[in-house]
Amino acid sequence: MKSVMCRLAFAAIIALTAQAASAQTLKTVKERGTLICGVSQGLPGFSNPDDKGNWTGLDVDLCRAIAAAIFNDAKKVKFTPLSAKDRFTALQSGEIDVLSRNSTWTSSRDSSLGLNFAAVSYYDGQGFMVRKSLKLNSALELTGASVCTQTGTTTELNLADFFRAHKMKYEVIAFATADETVKAYDGGRCDVFTSDVSQLYAEKLKLTNANDHAILPEVISKEPLGPVVRHGDDQWFDIVKWTHYAMINAEELGVSTKTLDEALKSAKPDVKRLVGTEGNYGEQLGLTKDWVVRIIKQVGNYGETFDRNVGPGSRLGIARGLNNLWNNGGIQYAPPIR
Amino acid sequence: MTQHAAFVRAAMAKPEPPPVASRGVIGWARGNLFNNWLNAALTLLSLFLIWTVVTPLVRFLLVDAVWQGAGRADCLPEKAGDAIGACWPFIGAKFAQLIYGFYPWHLHWRVDLTFALGAMLLVPLMIPRAPFKTLNTILLFGLFPVLAFFLLVGGNFGLEHVETRSWGGLLVTLVVAVTGIVASLPLGILLALGRRSHMPVVRALCVAFIEFWRGVPLITVLFFATYMLPLFLPNSWTIDALLRVLVGVALFSAAYMAEVVRGGLQAIPRGQFEAASALGLGYWKTMGFVVLPQALRLVIPGIVNNFIGLFKDTTLVLIVSIFDLLGQLRAAFADPNWATPSMLFTGFAFAGIVYFLFCFSMSRYSLFIERHLGGGRR
Repeated sequence: MKSVMCRLAFAAIIALTAQAASAQTLKTVKERGTLICGVSQGLPGFSNPDDKGNWTGLDVDLCRAIAAAIFNDAKKVKFTPLSAKDRFTALQSGEIDVLSRNSTWTSSRDSSLGLNFAAVSYYDGQGFMVRKSLKLNSALELTGASVCTQTGTTTELNLADFFRAHKMKYEVIAFATADETVKAYDGGRCDVFTSDVSQLYAEKLKLTNANDHAILPEVISKEPLGPVVRHGDDQWFDIVKWTHYAMINAEELGVSTKTLDEALKSAKPDVKRLVGTEGNYGEQLGLTKDWVVRIIKQVGNYGETFDRNVGPGSRLGIARGLNNLWNNGGIQYAPPIR
Repeated sequence: MTQHAAFVRAAMAKPEPPPVASRGVIGWARGNLFNNWLNAALTLLSLFLIWTVVTPLVRFLLVDAVWQGAGRADCLPEKAGDAIGACWPFIGAKFAQLIYGFYPWHLHWRVDLTFALGAMLLVPLMIPRAPFKTLNTILLFGLFPVLAFFLLVGGNFGLEHVETRSWGGLLVTLVVAVTGIVASLPLGILLALGRRSHMPVVRALCVAFIEFWRGVPLITVLFFATYMLPLFLPNSWTIDALLRVLVGVALFSAAYMAEVVRGGLQAIPRGQFEAASALGLGYWKTMGFVVLPQALRLVIPGIVNNFIGLFKDTTLVLIVSIFDLLGQLRAAFADPNWATPSMLFTGFAFAGIVYFLFCFSMSRYSLFIERHLGGGRR
C-alpha cells in the first residue's frame, strides 16, 4: 500500500515536471545521433528480439521508420525494453524519445499523464479462443462456458460486461500471468481463453495442438495501440504521427520497397507529393524532402511491415481485419500529404 | 582306554565376516534407513516421492528432449512425438543472447576474455595452497576491475565503445552480483565498525545509513535510481543506467552486510579488546589484527548467505529494463519462431540450472573455507 502511495506521489511530481520538458526532442535526437525508442520486454510480433539479438516487430518497425526519416539510417535507433508499469514514467522522465509499446489509447492516459498518443498503429480488441471440437461459430453461443483470463486486467472487466450485456452465464477462472492462463487453457481447465486478439494468435503457437483451436470472430473491446510522445513538443508529435501516416499513404498509393523506383519516376501528383519529387512537405515537418523515400526504402510501407511481423508472412498469421486500409474494408486511414 | 590326541588350535581362527544383513550396502541401509518401522515407512515414502519427481524430470530434460532443430516446427509434438520434452535447440539459438545480451556479435571475444581473466585470477586465490596470494589479491581486486572496465565498455586503446544498454544476460547478472559482492564487504565492515564507534557523529551517520537502506525495498531503490534520479539532476548530467543500478545494489547490500559483520563483532569477548590495548595496539591495529579476523570467521555463513541472496536478487534489475539472464530469457520467450508448448519449461529449466550451479558452488566453497579456518569447531 505504502509503495502505491509513493508511486502516486512520484507520478504526480513527474507529471508536473514533464510539462517543463524540453520542446526540442528532434534537436536532442539529432545531436545524440540516435533515436531512443521504448518497446516491450518481449511481445510476439510487436517487439521481440530474434536469434541474432535484433529487435523485430510492428512497434519496432515504426521506430526504425522514424529513425530512417530523421537520419536516413533505420539502424540509428536504440531500443529500451520497458515493463507495462514503467513505460509512461520512462517517457515522462526523458529516458526515451518515443514509446512504441502496444499501449492502448484511452482518454485518461491521453489527458492525465502529460502524454500524447500520436496515431493508431494497430487496432486490437479482445477476442475468444475455443477448441474446434466444441463446434462454436460465435461468442454468443458461449452460455455457461468457463473462461480462462488474466486477473487484474481490463480483459476481466470487458469479459464481465460482454456476458452481462448478453444475459449469458459464465464462470471465470483467473490467473496471475499470461503464461499460467495459457497452460490452464491448454490443460483443459476451461472452455474459452480470452485476451487481446493479437495475443491470442501469439499464444496459440504455444498450445500443444495449435490446429485444434480457433479464434471466434467477435471482438468485444476497443484496443487502439499506438506510439506515444511527451506533451509540449508539437513538432516531435507531428514527426511521429506523420511517419505512421506516410507508411499508410504509401501502401494506399501502391508505393512499396519493390515499387519505389517506379514511384520516384511517377507522374501521378499524389505519388509525387509522397516521394518528395514535388513540394517540400518533409521540410515543413523539420525533415528532408525525401523523408518518405527513406522510410519506404529501409522499412517498407504499412502493409509490408504488417505482413512481415504479424500478418500472413509471419508465424502469427493475423488477418488484416480492422487494420486493412479504409478502401479495403478496414479503418486504417491517413490524411493526405499535400 | 584309548588315547585321544587332544585337538588344539595353534592359531586363532580367522574371524567370519559379519552376516550379510549387517554389512555393506544392505547393512548400512538396515542400520540407517530401515532400523524401525517408522523409518522404514519414511524411507519408502521418500523413495516414492523421489521417483515421481525425478522420472518425469529426466524424461523431460533428457529422454523426450529434442536436441537438434532449426525452429519451432522441430519441437512441435507433430514432429517430435507425442510426449513433450525440452526443446534444447531453442536454448541453443538464444544461447549467445542469454550470455551476452545484445552485446555486438563481433565483440563477444571481449566478454569471453574478461570472464577468462576473472576465472584465472579467482581460482588460484580460492585454493589455499596456491602460492603468491598477495600478488594475486592485488591483481584481482586492483588491476582486474580496471581491465574488465576497459574491455567491456571500450572506447579506449582502439576498442570500440559498447554502451551498457546493450549488455545483458549472464554478463549483467555477473557484473551486478560481483560488483555488489566485492563492494559490499569492505563497505559493510566499515559501516559495522562505525556503528560500534564511540564517536557520536560517525555512529549516528552509520546508523542512519544502515537503517535507511534496510528500510527500503531493493525494487524501490532500483526504480528510484533509474527513473527518479534524472528528474532531480540537471539535464546535462547523464549517469549510465547500469552504473546507477550498480551503486544502488552495492549500497543496499552494504547495509545488510554491516549488520552481519556487527553480529560477529558483538561475539568477540571484551577481553580481546582489552588484551589488544594492553599490547599497545591502536584502534585500527586492534580491529585489523585481533577483532576482525575472529569476527569475520564467525560470520562466514551469514556473509555467504548475503552473497547468495544478492546473486539471486540481481534478477530484480529486470524491472528497470536491464535484461539479466532471466530478463533475456523472458524476451526470448516472445520470439514467435520458437513458440512451442515446451518453450517455457525449457527456458526456466536452463535458468534454474545456471542459478543453481552458481549458488550451490558458492555455498559449498563457504563450507570448505569454514572448515579450513576451523571457525565452526570452537
